[in-house]
Amino acid sequence: MILPLLQGLKITLSHLFKKPVTLQYPDERPVVAPNYRGLHTLKVSHDKAKCVACYLCPTVCPAKCITVEAGEDANHDKYAAVYEIDMLRCIFCGYCVEACPVDALGMTQGFELAAYKRSDCVYKKETLLEKK
Amino acid sequence: MGYEILGLPLIYYFAMIAKVLVAFVFVLLTVAYATYAERKIIGHMQVRLGPMRTGWHGLLQPIADGVKLFFKEEIIPSEASKFAFLLAPLVALMTAFISFAVIPFGGTVTILGYQIPLQIAGYYDTKLNQFFDVNVGVLYILGMASLGVYGIVLAGWSSNSKYSLLGGLRSSAQMISYELAAGLAIVSVFMMSGTLSLQKIVENQAGFHWYAFSSPVGFVAFVIFFICSLAEINRTPFDLPEAETELVSGFCTEYSSMKYAMFFMAEYANMVTVCAVTTTLFLGGWHGPFLPGWLWFIIKVYFLIFCCMWIRATYPRYRYDQLMRLGWKVFLPITLLNVVATGIWIMVVG
Repeated sequence: MILPLLQGLKITLSHLFKKPVTLQYPDERPVVAPNYRGLHTLKVSHDKAKCVACYLCPTVCPAKCITVEAGEDANHDKYAAVYEIDMLRCIFCGYCVEACPVDALGMTQGFELAAYKRSDCVYKKETLLEKK
Repeated sequence: MGYEILGLPLIYYFAMIAKVLVAFVFVLLTVAYATYAERKIIGHMQVRLGPMRTGWHGLLQPIADGVKLFFKEEIIPSEASKFAFLLAPLVALMTAFISFAVIPFGGTVTILGYQIPLQIAGYYDTKLNQFFDVNVGVLYILGMASLGVYGIVLAGWSSNSKYSLLGGLRSSAQMISYELAAGLAIVSVFMMSGTLSLQKIVENQAGFHWYAFSSPVGFVAFVIFFICSLAEINRTPFDLPEAETELVSGFCTEYSSMKYAMFFMAEYANMVTVCAVTTTLFLGGWHGPFLPGWLWFIIKVYFLIFCCMWIRATYPRYRYDQLMRLGWKVFLPITLLNVVATGIWIMVVG
């Protein structure tokens, strides 16, 4: 009866000298996996978004969080005049990235998506655009 | 220098006040940093870090906690019995601190040719060439520990809340059960030392004749006394009176602000006192080689405090019936047998 009690004490004492696993978050950054599905990004090619506003991403989106409105530019090319993703509704499933026929949409390792206002959580096209 | 009050030189009175201040500040600081040490030690035992953000490695955490509690809103339940409600934390805190008066926390220091023993309730009589202290010191400590229960029972009763009442009742039942075993464990020490004066008990243990390790009966008494003390001061695995999970912290459910802080301090002050008493009775008090006496005393007390935290990090809480069974059916018979065994040991070994 006493031996297990002493074994318990031994275990806790041995743990005292182990290196803590705590990540001091804002100071220390976690290692995010390369295939992590974080914040979306609109890929850029020749200084403009690759998106052709085909509406496949809002169609496939199970959370219905993507809003696209097509427009026509000077070369009569179709482009996304409005592209918004509501991060409060998004479930980060990555279907939109898979559905994209022109590889215009990707996902980054960004995971810090907190904001003070709900309206700030709807990401506009300008913020989603890939930063080079 | 020749000035005297009640037949004692004036310096004795100044020394007394100085000793009270030193002991009080020491206990207060230890209490503050025991909270920090507990969080750190338990954190590391769970492979966490514990407080890190307030000051260097969280060293200012106790001060931040104190300031926070100080500025919290004072809430007194409208149905509470106000006088008893306010009295309870005072009783709990005072009895926790007051036991330190009789504990010798070091050898003697010589100031201006006068020998001052490092014990608050003790002095050196130059005419009789003899040290004097409270000759019933241990009884005094036991009495004060029992009075501490009143603080908790009053808090539970006066809050007019069922959780508090349950906590208060539990604590009184628990303390009464374990006080018996603790008292009987000390009886072994009395039999070996032949005195109730703490100074003489410490004197008898000089030269590594610690009661905890000089005989098997002493060791049994030491272990049981320490465990029973944990139960008496409501620490894990016997922290049923406050049991967060079932009683929403029991007797202090209705307390807030500084009154809650006083219960909190009382709990830790009790821990310091109990560790100091255990050191004095079983671990040779301030005796030890090379280092000065007061330092040995602090080392031993801090080691026992570490043991309290170590135990807290290891064991889950006892159930109420298990607690009662342990107290009455295990510890009480063992200590009773231990008293008999001590008698035989003294007769045979000497």
